[in-house]
Amino acid sequence: MAIILDNDTRLVVAGLTGSEGRFHGLRNRAYGTNLVAGVTPGKGGQDVEGVPVFDTVAEAVDEAGANTSLIFVPARFAVDAIYEAVDAGIGTVICITEHIPAHDMLRAYTYFRGKGTTMIGPNCPGVLSPGKANAGIIPAEIFSEGSVGLVSRSGTLTYQIGHELTQLGLGNSTIVGIGGDPVVGSSFVDVIEKFETDEQTELIVLVGEIGGDEEEKAAAYVAEHVTKPVLAYIAGFSAPPGKTMGHAGAIISGSAGTAQGKKEALEARGIEVGTTPTEVAQMVAERMK
Amino acid sequence: MDLYEYQGKDLFARVGIPVSDGRLATSPEDARKAAEELGGPVVVKAQVLTGGRGKAGGVKLAEDPDDAEAKARDILGLDIRGHVVRTLWIEKASDIAREYYLSITFDRGAKKPLFMFTTQGGVEIEQVAEENPDALVRLHVDALEGFQPWVARRLVYGGGVEDPSEQKQIAAIVEKLYRAFVEFDAMLCEINPLIVTPESEVKALDSKFTVDDSGLFRHPDVAEWRDPTAADPIETFAREKGVTYVKLDGNVGVLANGAGLGMSTVDVVAHAGGRPANFCDLGGGGSAEGVVDALEVITRDEQVRSIFFNIFGGITRCDEVARGILAALDTLDMSRYPIVVRLDGTNAEEGRQILADAGRENIHPEATMLDGARRAVELAA
Repeated sequence: MAIILDNDTRLVVAGLTGSEGRFHGLRNRAYGTNLVAGVTPGKGGQDVEGVPVFDTVAEAVDEAGANTSLIFVPARFAVDAIYEAVDAGIGTVICITEHIPAHDMLRAYTYFRGKGTTMIGPNCPGVLSPGKANAGIIPAEIFSEGSVGLVSRSGTLTYQIGHELTQLGLGNSTIVGIGGDPVVGSSFVDVIEKFETDEQTELIVLVGEIGGDEEEKAAAYVAEHVTKPVLAYIAGFSAPPGKTMGHAGAIISGSAGTAQGKKEALEARGIEVGTTPTEVAQMVAERMK
Repeated sequence: MDLYEYQGKDLFARVGIPVSDGRLATSPEDARKAAEELGGPVVVKAQVLTGGRGKAGGVKLAEDPDDAEAKARDILGLDIRGHVVRTLWIEKASDIAREYYLSITFDRGAKKPLFMFTTQGGVEIEQVAEENPDALVRLHVDALEGFQPWVARRLVYGGGVEDPSEQKQIAAIVEKLYRAFVEFDAMLCEINPLIVTPESEVKALDSKFTVDDSGLFRHPDVAEWRDPTAADPIETFAREKGVTYVKLDGNVGVLANGAGLGMSTVDVVAHAGGRPANFCDLGGGGSAEGVVDALEVITRDEQVRSIFFNIFGGITRCDEVARGILAALDTLDMSRYPIVVRLDGTNAEEGRQILADAGRENIHPEATMLDGARRAVELAA
């Protein structure tokens, strides 16, 4: 079954005619994703390797039946692309773009949360349901189909942990990169909620990092609502306070958001936290025996 | 981007929040001139991007221009928590009857702007929150609804401000502060203290202002305020080179692609018993040129004894990284650094082959992240 993306996904790529959109959009199609359309204002009527391009998302929905939007447009236009997708009736929006102003994202978030849209990102690597569909920049070849649900704030760290799992013979139901910005469309809790009801997922791995309190909230949610085993990894134990570590959201402010604090919050709710990516993978293998 | 007090006050003034008249000074002579122009007693305030400057002797009252010059001489060059004072803000002294606190922040948890107000200002707000939480009024604003006058009323009445003139003035400041927050893409706007003078005039005596880096393209004048001397010199150099770098204080240079893997690599080096010298994210692209730049940045830190490259190729191609490492060995003096390289993901085989073929003796390939970290720690010892 998997979550967010599956065999029913009909993908439209916003910015398909740009270099990033084209490269990754076609890569996603080569993986087997049903890429039905691209959208670039002013380029309607063209095609990219046989994929029809429309001027608006509404046309991509009406004429190509798109139900999932993958956004690759530059930061200044990305929020507009999010609103356009939501208003065209797209149910799942995945935004890869980084450096979207936080205030713009905050207003957009407040808007689409009321509409029931599933939004992933921005500033994220996308979503991959191995064997079904891939939308974004996750290198699909290092993952295999299986029953471990993986949700992470980071891209390459997710690949690292996925790779370690693959080497131990473990596959994934869905890999979700929720993004490293201060405001992202889906939180750990939102994604874990989906994994809990997904039949394919047997175990959930949460990959967090310093900053914010989403890991702490996830810990509380898991204790209350989740029956499946959850394991975690947190990055940033050596991070100094007051400095952002690459992600806009990865900052320790005051005493809040430290890796140690998150680890303790997770462990207090019975969620084991691995010290290294390797150890987390070994813990998963142990549980899945 | 954090702003200096005087810059934050400039933005406050633009939206109409009352602040005291003042001048910038970078020398004792400037300070004297500023005091002459302003007339009467002035406050000489160190401009540093850190808290606790009052306790460190960075804020002093001066009775006249002579005194301002003397106080400026004391404060300039002072080291406040690692920040050397180079700039002063000379401001007309204010008489203070009461000190309040008002701020608006970007509450990531709630995904809403958050106002905080208390009549117990002038101290660390965390202290008020801990010792007297009832005195601190917290109120979220809906980002789509925006500011509405009831928000200001809730804060003012909730905080227990009784004087009608004060109520009115503070309510107006609340509205203007929200405007500043939205208009300048702020992540934090804090007025501590917000003072009431004996004449019942309310104004901002200090400012703490943080602007979202991603919003700076809308504010070119604010972007120009970035002070390269405020940051660590290596971090400034990294910024110029477009390398994401944070200096730590160990001896194992760390280079990874992606922020999460970068943080994790720093942690794993520490876990292996080492002391990471830095966090460095090669970014998504990871071109050969980017690798050379990153190595140039990392090796500016004289404490670095070994370097650990931890690459998991996604968009980044390992062959490109390998070529970058070789290019760096050709263009920079890297002979004294053992370089541990772990490559996985996109084109990892090709990358490993390129390094093997080059046959450089200071390149040490390792198969896993953990082994790579251990090796780099050994080599730094």
